[in-house]
Amino acid sequence: MSRLHVETSVNGEPREFLCEADQSLLDVLRDELGLTGTKEGCGSGDCGACSVMVDGRLICSCMMLGAEAQGKSIETIEGIAGDELHPIQQKFLEHAALQCGICTPGFIVAAKALLEKNPDPDETTIRYWLAGNLCRCTGYDKIIRAVQDAAKELARPA
Amino acid sequence: MGAFAYVAPQSVDQVLAELVEHNGSGKRAQILAGGTDLLVQMRSVDREPRTIVDIKGLTETNRLEIGADEIYIGSAVPSALMNENAELKALLPGVMEGADLIGSTQVQGRATMAGNLCNASPAGDGIPAMIAAGAVCDIANGSGGRQLAVEDFVTGVGTNALEPGEFVLGVKIPMPAANQRDAYLRFIPRTEMDIAVAGCGVNLTVEADGTCSAARVAIGAVAPTALLVPAAAQALIGSNLSDDALQAAGEACTEASSPISDKRGTAEYRRKVIAVLCRRAAAIAKDRAVAAANA
Repeated sequence: MSRLHVETSVNGEPREFLCEADQSLLDVLRDELGLTGTKEGCGSGDCGACSVMVDGRLICSCMMLGAEAQGKSIETIEGIAGDELHPIQQKFLEHAALQCGICTPGFIVAAKALLEKNPDPDETTIRYWLAGNLCRCTGYDKIIRAVQDAAKELARPA
Repeated sequence: MGAFAYVAPQSVDQVLAELVEHNGSGKRAQILAGGTDLLVQMRSVDREPRTIVDIKGLTETNRLEIGADEIYIGSAVPSALMNENAELKALLPGVMEGADLIGSTQVQGRATMAGNLCNASPAGDGIPAMIAAGAVCDIANGSGGRQLAVEDFVTGVGTNALEPGEFVLGVKIPMPAANQRDAYLRFIPRTEMDIAVAGCGVNLTVEADGTCSAARVAIGAVAPTALLVPAAAQALIGSNLSDDALQAAGEACTEASSPISDKRGTAEYRRKVIAVLCRRAAAIAKDRAVAAANA
């Protein structure tokens, strides 16, 4: 079977790639496009380490085929920082909301999706929204504090 | 040894043609909607190469419509999109509670109600409330399509009533009356991200004098498939939803169940807790129906 040709947009740039029919978007991002910021944890949609945005919706990239990305707009962790770190990234550093770091890209992508939808979430909302992102180091509390602080930072008038 | 193939048809006829072509010649095709079950299975229990037929490009499967007489939820509509529809949440709070219990935010960005149904897990949280709401599967096939009640769609653990060459276009739910609302409760040992030990959907119509004039009750995770429990509904219909009526409905659910013991709970425990869930879901559905009628 010949490989499939897919044209897509990744972090605002048009990209094309060839993939196998059963290759996940996660594997395409990492192995075909060299975007290794998106991590594989479980490969079965349970851990959220591979979180990306597809057409503005938060998903696990291990749970989508690369072939499905045809014509879609994908945003990954690599697209989040500008010249400076995004406030969510900065607050993760300040609050020491990471240790080993494998889960961090997924948490940041998911937290950004939340704050764009709901700029002032309460703690319960944050915890439920991030329930699909697993962290085995921090115990979550520092992550929640970082997201709360980032929400405050983003709400401040520029 | 073949390889996987992927096709993304743009019409119902093209999907049907793919199914006929592949399933008629000893090859195999499988429908892809949200993929949150299919992709897991492709990497674990079922690695056999096949043609993946993506149905998300169809107009029909993307319908999310609240009409005068019925609500249509297309088979490619992710539950996150349903969750953003305030009218849907107000009309079918129980169906939405089921949808909202399936997976994480990320999974809900892809997962569909029809997929939950086709996957046919005994513990599928989307199914009991759909049965209680009187949902009907809209099935496409080569002979004009057919309709099948959700309670008749799942035929066993992991099996459904689709014939070769058929796929689900969507689920149709009758528009609830002004005094009709639903609720879904499931029990898990924690608050999020787990598989149901037991689940119960209740859909009630409550008259101004407090009498229950119509009811449908369905139970999940306590039998090989989710089940409609007519005896539980009969215990509620004609009553004023007193504690005694709720108690009788709960007992009917226990009676209808045939649970297994596994790591999530023993059969004895499930038989007991399904009655509790029925009583509590009925009380919630009653309050919602009364509030909706007075709104």
